[in-house]
Amino acid sequence: MSLLELSGVARSVLLPDDRELEILRGIDLTVAAGEHVSIVGRSGTGKSTLLNILGLLDTPTAGEYLLDGVPIGRLSGRARARRRGTDFGFVFQQFNLLQGRTALENVVAPLLYARGRQFWQRRTLAAEMLERVGLGDRLDTRPEKLSGGEQQRVAIARALVRVPRVILADEPTGALDVDTGSEVMDLLDTIARENGSALIAITHDLAVASRAARQFRLADGVLAPIAISARSAGSLAALEATSGDGLMPGTGGAGPYGPGAHDDTAPHALEAGDDQAEHVARPLVASHGSSPRTGDAA
Amino acid sequence: MTGVVGAVLEAWDELRVHKVRVLLALVGVAVAVCAITAISAAGEMLRQVSAEQNDRWNGRAATLQVSAWPTGEGGSVMPAPEEYERVFDEVVERYDVSYSSMLRNAPAPVRFPDGTREVYTTGVDVDWATMHRFEVASGRWFVDGDEDRLAPALVVNEAFLDALGGVPVAEHPTVTIGGDNPVVATVVGAFPNDWPDAEPQAYVLVSAQSAWVTPESLEMTGPPTLELWVPDALAEDLVAAIQRDVAGALSGVEANVYRSDAASYSVVDGAIRWVVLGVSVIALLLGGLGLVNIALVTVRYRIREIGIRRSFGASSGRIFFSVMMESVVATTVAGVLGVTVAVVALHNVPLDALMGSAVQDAPGFPFSAAVTGMLAAVGIGALAGLLPALVAVRVKVIDAIRY
Repeated sequence: MSLLELSGVARSVLLPDDRELEILRGIDLTVAAGEHVSIVGRSGTGKSTLLNILGLLDTPTAGEYLLDGVPIGRLSGRARARRRGTDFGFVFQQFNLLQGRTALENVVAPLLYARGRQFWQRRTLAAEMLERVGLGDRLDTRPEKLSGGEQQRVAIARALVRVPRVILADEPTGALDVDTGSEVMDLLDTIARENGSALIAITHDLAVASRAARQFRLADGVLAPIAISARSAGSLAALEATSGDGLMPGTGGAGPYGPGAHDDTAPHALEAGDDQAEHVARPLVASHGSSPRTGDAA
Repeated sequence: MTGVVGAVLEAWDELRVHKVRVLLALVGVAVAVCAITAISAAGEMLRQVSAEQNDRWNGRAATLQVSAWPTGEGGSVMPAPEEYERVFDEVVERYDVSYSSMLRNAPAPVRFPDGTREVYTTGVDVDWATMHRFEVASGRWFVDGDEDRLAPALVVNEAFLDALGGVPVAEHPTVTIGGDNPVVATVVGAFPNDWPDAEPQAYVLVSAQSAWVTPESLEMTGPPTLELWVPDALAEDLVAAIQRDVAGALSGVEANVYRSDAASYSVVDGAIRWVVLGVSVIALLLGGLGLVNIALVTVRYRIREIGIRRSFGASSGRIFFSVMMESVVATTVAGVLGVTVAVVALHNVPLDALMGSAVQDAPGFPFSAAVTGMLAAVGIGALAGLLPALVAVRVKVIDAIRY
């Protein structure tokens, strides 16, 4: 049984002029425990909305979302909040650390919503987690005194301290330079693997996306599997510009950690340097036109 | 359990991080709580002091004063002291009154070492001390056997003792009272002066007073009166009945029975209480309004933080409870501060000076006032936290995170 399963999930909002804006359409996605999935897409394509639905911060307007085989629609608001706290860890682009609190207090914060040992030993657990992300000597430092990379490491420690089953990372390297971003992703990958947590990252950065076992592209609210090689570089925009109309279709199935990682039958992703179709995949789903977006739906 | 503890810890953490803002917001609440506690405590203490004084001067609830003055019509004269005594005894017996005392003021020439001085002696019965919560500072009050003493017993004030040369009661000082037929009286007890520079004063049993009471002095001070300590509920009925009985038993007098204790003035007391309470509530509401104002601004400022906490698994109920708890914890801290300041302030209030006379049992800080202050603090915290908590719950999580 999959950990997460989205079937035909859609999300729309009503605009002030009573028109309905479709942010997500017919999303099908299955994520297994411990899997690493990345989703790329331009701003306003609904990436964050999808992540919010996955993380139970938002609910779909159509389709079905199964968590451990249970439709989330059956869960009460309180139960959804509890599952959000126990099963999901969020890493945000802007870190979203609590200002005025030390690194330790930031990592302790999610444990205030835990029960049992996690609650009563929250400071010890938080300190251990900060040690794991290499900030054992910065426990009492406030976020404003930390570098961007350090802040994101605190955010990662905070996301992982309750040992979630799924880590949802929204542009985790978006506010970091390339080298620091790479270090942060290494850390996120490592700890997620050690904890056995699934990692779902949405990003503009193809290098970040390429780390995942399965990659998807979200365009115009439609999710399509693609294949991005580990040698990919540059931004999505640049890649789209060089490739014309889209990215190379992939399987959304194989990768270093994911299901079929060593399955020789899985289609191979194209790698950087392939002049024919460098990293570029066409969405599996046909283009849905280019209706003007009235806002940032993500 | 962990949910409540977590919410309180979260609230405390929030206050700690934003202590300057919180302190500013809480100054008003702390001052208001201090005011409400101090006012209510002061009222309670003054009421207690006042009750003590009232009991001492006017008797406990319900004390009835019975007097019978000659009308002067048809050449009526004041009945003999024995007549009064007989009629008063009949009243006490008829209505089975447990505590009663005759009362007779009479001047007496007292021979002090520095000369004879006219001292007002108050003739009472043994029960009088109980009826008036009267306690001696040294020695003792009268006992039943004192009526048979050849040397009458006296309970005097400090001024009397000083005039005697400062002889302590333990040494049983004696003094000669009376003009033509003087008697030697023994001081058995002493009480503090009612006010600074008080004149010598003495209590004596009514029966012993006859040694120096003359018809002339009675003309001057009036006839004896009777004090009865009766159940509150029966007081009104007894007033009418006793008045009728005394008027019937003594001819040529106008019997007068009235209630003298302070409880009969409870209407005034109640009015003062309501005024004090009203002022306090207004002060507290003003403090609470300031808190609501700042809390609302703060919630707006903290929308992103609320979103982040939702991502940690905080339910809307938990967010509501946490934001409300911030307010409650804050006002509780302010309440503790306010009550402490009120306790310290009132502890140092010179009640003697305030009341204009000595207070025997200086009342402690009323616990009820501290409880009232704390309840008011917690209550205003919950009230002030309600609106920001509702605003916090209505925050859209997704917007909050992107804020």
